[in-house]
Amino acid sequence: MKRHGASTRIWHWLNLLCVVVLFMSGLTISNAHRLLYWGDWGFDRSQAWLEVPRFPDWMTIPGYYSLAVARDWHILMAWPFALGLLFMWIAMLVNRHFKRDLTTTRREWRPKAIWRDIVEHAKLNFDHGEGKYNFIQKLAYGLVLGVFLPMMVFTGIAISPGTEPTFGWLVDLLGGRQSARSLHFIFAFAILGFFIVHVALVLLSGPIGQMRAMITGGSTHEA
Amino acid sequence: MKRRGFLAAAGAAFVAGCNKVADSDAGARLLSAAEKWHMGAHRLLANREALAPEYPRSAISPFFRGNGSVDPQNGDYPRHVEEGFANWQLTIGGLVRNPLALTLDNIRRLPQRSQVTRHDCVEGWSAIGEWTGPQLSLLLDEAQLRPEAQFIVFRCADNLNGQDYYESVDLIDAYHPQTIVAHRLNGEPLPVRNGAPLRMRIERQLGYKHAKYLTAIEAVASLDDIGEGQGGYWEDRAGYQWYAGI
Repeated sequence: MKRHGASTRIWHWLNLLCVVVLFMSGLTISNAHRLLYWGDWGFDRSQAWLEVPRFPDWMTIPGYYSLAVARDWHILMAWPFALGLLFMWIAMLVNRHFKRDLTTTRREWRPKAIWRDIVEHAKLNFDHGEGKYNFIQKLAYGLVLGVFLPMMVFTGIAISPGTEPTFGWLVDLLGGRQSARSLHFIFAFAILGFFIVHVALVLLSGPIGQMRAMITGGSTHEA
Repeated sequence: MKRRGFLAAAGAAFVAGCNKVADSDAGARLLSAAEKWHMGAHRLLANREALAPEYPRSAISPFFRGNGSVDPQNGDYPRHVEEGFANWQLTIGGLVRNPLALTLDNIRRLPQRSQVTRHDCVEGWSAIGEWTGPQLSLLLDEAQLRPEAQFIVFRCADNLNGQDYYESVDLIDAYHPQTIVAHRLNGEPLPVRNGAPLRMRIERQLGYKHAKYLTAIEAVASLDDIGEGQGGYWEDRAGYQWYAGI
């Protein structure tokens, strides 16, 4: 059996491309107004809970300040990002990847078991017995797939004035448009945090084999 | 240090690739098609008359920020400010059977709609205010659109960076119940920074669609010959999206 299903591999690389373009164009959009607020409204420093630093041009798409071009990219890549995530969730439920590899058991949530997992992780011992992923991995992938990425879609929809007549309840649920905008920013950086840890752990656990497995599928015997 | 150099080089190459895609014909078409997919999805999901949220008066922001032109100095505008806009005129023309020229008094005497709505700037900020004025649909019905009319163009008195501001919407947004020609903000005549004496409210789109210092409303069959053909000042000048509901 392959270590990673075809649906997982296709989605993984498509999602990487989407997230990178969305994040870098998002930094340009952030530069257009660097204040974040809670609630429905806010327009100056006195209402802001955070003043975000200006992101330098080399971090951004298109590499110079253009809100219009950044929005073009953001608006385009939102489609494969959101539809890809939906596809991944359907595939994961249908091929039982979710149930088999990502759901946790009650036993795994015991503090002692969690602590053992953390210690093993810190020792860079990735050799875990039963199951494909240990508890921390399940938790991380579960958070990314179940919370961080979907929240980007939901908060993104909530910021758009044209969707509000349809999804007004969503805007209310998120605490108002400016709260949704703040959450959009927070979850974007949560994804960046995951990305950094994820890449670091791939580098520490045999990057060539890991990359090959995510491209060709690999086999369950290696790793 | 080497690794950071590598990352920066990889990032720069990626951005250069993105720019190459955006500059190609196919890339540019794809980027503008995505805007239309959003518009299509929004229109599919929402009834054409579905309303933007309206708030209680207690939600009104203490100050309504102005943006873009906030104190136009070009042409007759300063004189109109001095006169208290007593001689301001709004014309409704183009593809209509019955062109109109209205004074502010004419406009104030029409049936009015008041709405407390949230204004979202493309930059990211929002402010809530109460807007009052007649629905645009009233004026268009009075002027009697010809069947060829597809878009409504808003002409403005302010000249920004050498170009006259203008905007446009299609007939769905023009006839939307919350699309009004506002002459009051929070119960007072519009301040100059917010577009005195008349401005559009297009509540399901971003702020740059809400043309200020309104002088004329024009029905047209196509936007190609208006300005530089992209449907608005920022659309022409900086490539902003014509559909600003995203």
